[in-house]
Formats: sequence, C-alpha cells, structure tokens
Amino acid sequence: MTNTTDTQWPLWEVFIQANPGISHKHVGNVHAADAEMAIQNARDVYTRRSEGISIWVVPSNQISASSPEDMGSFFEPSNDKPYRHPTFYKIPEGVKHL
Amino acid sequence: MEDLKRLEEFQAKIDKGLKIEPKDWMPEKYRLQLIRMMSQHAHSEIVGMLPEGNWITRAPSLRRKAILLSKVQDEAGHGLYLYSAAETLGIDRKELLNQLHTGKAKYSSIFNYPTLTWADIGAIGWLVDGAAIMNQTMLARGSYGPYSRAMVKICKEESFHNRQGYEIMLSLCNGTPEQKEMAQDSLNRWWWPSISMLGPSDAESVNSDDLMKWKVKLESNDAIRQRFIDRTVPQADFLGLTIPDKDLKFNTETGHYEHGPINWDEFFNVIKGNGPCNKERLQTRVDADRNGQWVREAALAYAKKRKEQEVTA
Amino acid sequence: MTEKDALFEYCLRLGDSSLILGHRLSEWCGHGPILEEDIALINIALDFVGRSTSLLKYAAEVEGNNRSEDDLAYVRNERQFRNLLITEQPNGDYASTIVRQFLFDAYSFYLYTELTKSKDSTISGIAEKSLKEISYHLRHSSQWILRLGDGTEESHNRTQNALDNLWRFTHEFFEMDEVDTMLVNSGIAVNLSDVKSKWMDKVSEIFEQATLTIPTNSFMNTGSRQGKHTEHLGYLLAEMQHVNRSYPGCNW
Repeated sequence: MTNTTDTQWPLWEVFIQANPGISHKHVGNVHAADAEMAIQNARDVYTRRSEGISIWVVPSNQISASSPEDMGSFFEPSNDKPYRHPTFYKIPEGVKHL
Repeated sequence: MEDLKRLEEFQAKIDKGLKIEPKDWMPEKYRLQLIRMMSQHAHSEIVGMLPEGNWITRAPSLRRKAILLSKVQDEAGHGLYLYSAAETLGIDRKELLNQLHTGKAKYSSIFNYPTLTWADIGAIGWLVDGAAIMNQTMLARGSYGPYSRAMVKICKEESFHNRQGYEIMLSLCNGTPEQKEMAQDSLNRWWWPSISMLGPSDAESVNSDDLMKWKVKLESNDAIRQRFIDRTVPQADFLGLTIPDKDLKFNTETGHYEHGPINWDEFFNVIKGNGPCNKERLQTRVDADRNGQWVREAALAYAKKRKEQEVTA
Repeated sequence: MTEKDALFEYCLRLGDSSLILGHRLSEWCGHGPILEEDIALINIALDFVGRSTSLLKYAAEVEGNNRSEDDLAYVRNERQFRNLLITEQPNGDYASTIVRQFLFDAYSFYLYTELTKSKDSTISGIAEKSLKEISYHLRHSSQWILRLGDGTEESHNRTQNALDNLWRFTHEFFEMDEVDTMLVNSGIAVNLSDVKSKWMDKVSEIFEQATLTIPTNSFMNTGSRQGKHTEHLGYLLAEMQHVNRSYPGCNW
C-alpha cells in the first residue's frame, strides 16, 4: 500500500486578509501541487464562511523561524527599554494632543 | 538530568496554562499521544463523512440537501485542520493516512454504525455531534497550541451541525406518525453508541493519567458523558421521544441523570474492527486513496513540467 | 405555446441541469482523490444545488400551479426532466468528472454571461449571482484539464478517453427549438449560436494546451429538450426522489 512516488502533495501555509486595511493573518495549511491550486484550496477550506477578501500562500518549507532556544537572547533585551513605549513618559495634566 | 530539568519546565509551563508550540521541547510520550489523538480525531472526521454522505443524494428536500452538503464539507475541512495540526509534530499526512488504511490508527467507534433512514441524519447531528461538541470544547482548552487552535475553529463551525440535526428531528416529530416513528427508531439505534463513543469509563481508560497531567484532556470521559446526558434528556422530552434506557432517572439530590449500564463489550468490539460497517468504511477510504493516486501524481508531474518551463524560459 | 409555457420550460432546462450535475458531483463526497479536492467538489455541488433551487422556485412561480421547487425536483418523472444529457452521465473516474465539468462550465460561463442581460429580471438576477460561481468553477475545471491532460501518460490517456466519450453530448448544448426562439425574440433567453462560437474557442484553446484532441467524427446524442434521456437518469432519480416520494406531502 505504501507507494514511494505517491504523496499528499507539498504543504502550504495560508494567510487570509479578513477585511480591507488589516494585515494578512496565518490561518492554517493546505496541501497542493502548485501555487494556483494552493490558493484555490485555501479559498475552499478557509473562506467558506466569508472569512476573507485576500489570500496568500507560501510553501511551508520556505518559512524560516526563530527557535525557542533563542527566546532569551532575541526578545528579553527589549524588556528593559520601557522608553520605547509612550506610557513611559509623564505629561502634565492639561497638555493635549500628545 | 537535562531531560528531567526540561520536563519540569515543561510541566511548569502547562501548569501555568501556557500553550506548547511545535518547536518547543516536549516529552516524546506527549508528542506520540498527541499524534495518536489528533490523527484519530482527523480520521474520525473523514470517515464520519461517509455515513452522512450516504444520504446527500437522497435528502428529501433541496434545503436539506444543501445543509447536509455543507455539513459534510465542514467535516472534510475539520479533518484537514486536524491533519495539519498533527503535521506540526513532524509526521506527514501520507503517513497518517497509511496508518488509517492499514488499520493501525483508529477512528471513532460511532461511524461504524449504519445510517438506515433519513432520521439517522437528524440523530447524528443531534446526538453524535452533540456528544462530540462536549468533547471538543474541552479539547479546545488543551495544552498543545495547534490542536487547541484547530479545535477552537472547529467548535465555532460545528455549532450549526448540532442544531440542524435537532431541527430534522423536530420536523419529523411534528410530522406524520410514520415520521415520528422513524425518529424514535433512530434514537433507539443511536443513543447507546452516542454515549459510549465518549470513551470508556475512567477506571478503564488506559491513557487518562498522563493526558490529564499534560492538559491534553481536562475532563474525564465520564464527566463529559454526564454533561451530555444531562443536556440531551430534556431535548428528547421536548421532541416527545423516549430515550431507550429503562434505568434512566433524574437524581434530585445530585441534579444529574443516572443511566443504565453501557455495553462496553460492544464498544471494544467495534473499536477492534467488528462493528456493522468497519469493513465498508475502511475499504471506502482505501479505494478513494487508490483511485486518487494517478490524479495526485498527474498534478505533481504537471507542476514539475511547468516549473521546468519557467526555468528555461 | 404561450410565453409563460416557454418560460416555465426554459427555467426547467436551466434548473434541471444544475440539479442533476450537482447530484453527480455530490456523489464524490468522501471519495475524492485528495481531501482538498473533496472539499472543492462539495463547494461546486453546493453552488449547483443552490442555483437549481432558485431556478426551480422561479419555474414553479411562473407555472402558477401551487407547486414548490421541491415538488418539481422530487415529483416529476424522467420524461419530464429537461437537464442536458451530459449532466446525468455517471462520474466515472476523475478524468471523466473533470471533462464533463469543464465542457459544462465553459458552456455555462458564456450562457450565463448572456443571461445577465435577460429582460426577465429574475433570470438576470440569478445569472448575475451564478456567473461569479461559474467563473470559479471554470477556473477550477480548466486548470484540472491542463493538469490531467498534460500530467502523466496515464492521466493523459484517461482524459483523452473521457473526452472521446463525452464529446457526443455537447452538440445539444446549442440546439434551439420553439421555446428558445420565442424567448430570444422577447429578450429573455439567449441565442445559443452566439454562445457556441465562444465556447468552441475556449474549449479548443484549453484542450490544445492540455495536449488533448477533440474527436472529429463522433455521433452526436440529443433529446433532453424533449425529455428523452440516457438510461442513467432513471436510476439517479430513483435514488434522489425515493424518500420524498415514499412519504408524500410530508415536511422535512
């Protein structure tokens, strides 16, 4: 039964834009033989209930990701830089439009 | 030593209610249990398309036909979400399907019962989906990120399945005596399989301890079953149907229904492959896969040709 | 024949073709070559069931005989059905299903493009909604014709066989009788000879790209406009209508 040439087709990552003006969001995967098919499959699987107005697909093996081990060195250094957030600054009462 | 420390961190994360993501360290047994559960769940969705798909061509009105088509389509979609979630654990769908086709992987016992009348489509939506939703809302809170996210999406989509089933039962029960008889007969056949599909009693469930500790499961099979029964009995009363359990009674002290003994021999027998439709269901899946092989190969061959043309162009 | 009779008949032709092909597509449910394609086929089947519901509902309204769309779907006999013969042909292998679908989708695309201009506002409304669906169906089926025709040797042979077998049902797409002529004159229906040349261009182009050859001296079947079907329709209706007819007058 196992056949080496037979596959379930490559895996794709699917991103859907739900409404104009907002960014595409990762929603899941489909299998497809080519990009056009991946878009069509994504449309049939992930927009059955009018969830989207635009679709991106990317072959899953083209996604590079940071690894959990990098979490400390990547993301913690920004924790002690509160001056990057507007709430860091005290503005006297009465001053507007800042 | 290293693993022990990691295990502690892993457990601490789960205890804090954080999700485990695909690239995070996890005990091998957690990974394997999840693959087992998710693939079993995915297989159940696609095998579950068959008993209902069986009635699409015979649905008695155009409205019912459209509803049933979209419901069965959702099940295919849910199978797809779940296979994808399982694939994040480093196993591909081809392998998962092989496990199904060779009988190595299981699927829900319930789909090995035949759908004999139109009322069975009502009973499946009402009872089987009703029971499944109890289980799925629990799984949506589970610790593995991709599984939990797939379940959230599935639960959202499933809510109409349960309702359309009850609506079918309601039409039958408000219809002619023959229709009502069809509804009762269907309840008689689907009641016990629906409550046993939620899994063996906790005392006999082999996987329960680890799964609970790792928050893959958050409630026991018996607790989910109890909630399902408590919700469903009044729904049957409203339909004017009788639940086929002469021992069923409401305990005013606990506020719960008590049910008669479940035939676990039958349950385990069906799981082992000796249910009324096991052979047909599996064969159908194997045939679909085999008949589709040349199609899948053609699509790949064409994609490859096109790519080569792009390169040379 | 009054214009009302003609319009009733015309709606049945459009509605029945949708209903019967939707039925055939729904038979794939759970048996498709890959999960994604199962989902795609069910989507298309759903569009067809929806379109047939609208068209049969309008047919019933035009008839004014207190029948519903369900009465028309479930309580007519095969000689009263007006679907094109190609729509009732069995699914066969995936190549047969795709060739059948492509031939019909391309036809529907040009037909419904014209129908959006119909002077009958119900028909033009249905056509407008359907055309969006049909454009997608055509995209799906034409892509598959390319993949199967120009995929592997096996897929090519299967698809060529399917084309050789199904081509004979395409001639009747464009036949025009009294019904068509009457409604074309009143601006409701479509002159099918205009549709024919566009359809022929489209299918020739795709088949050529797909390395497939259109059969040249094929016998051409016809008869659907008079309710003369192939033997397949009777079985299909027996299955489709069985429950509804076993319990006459029931609500579901």
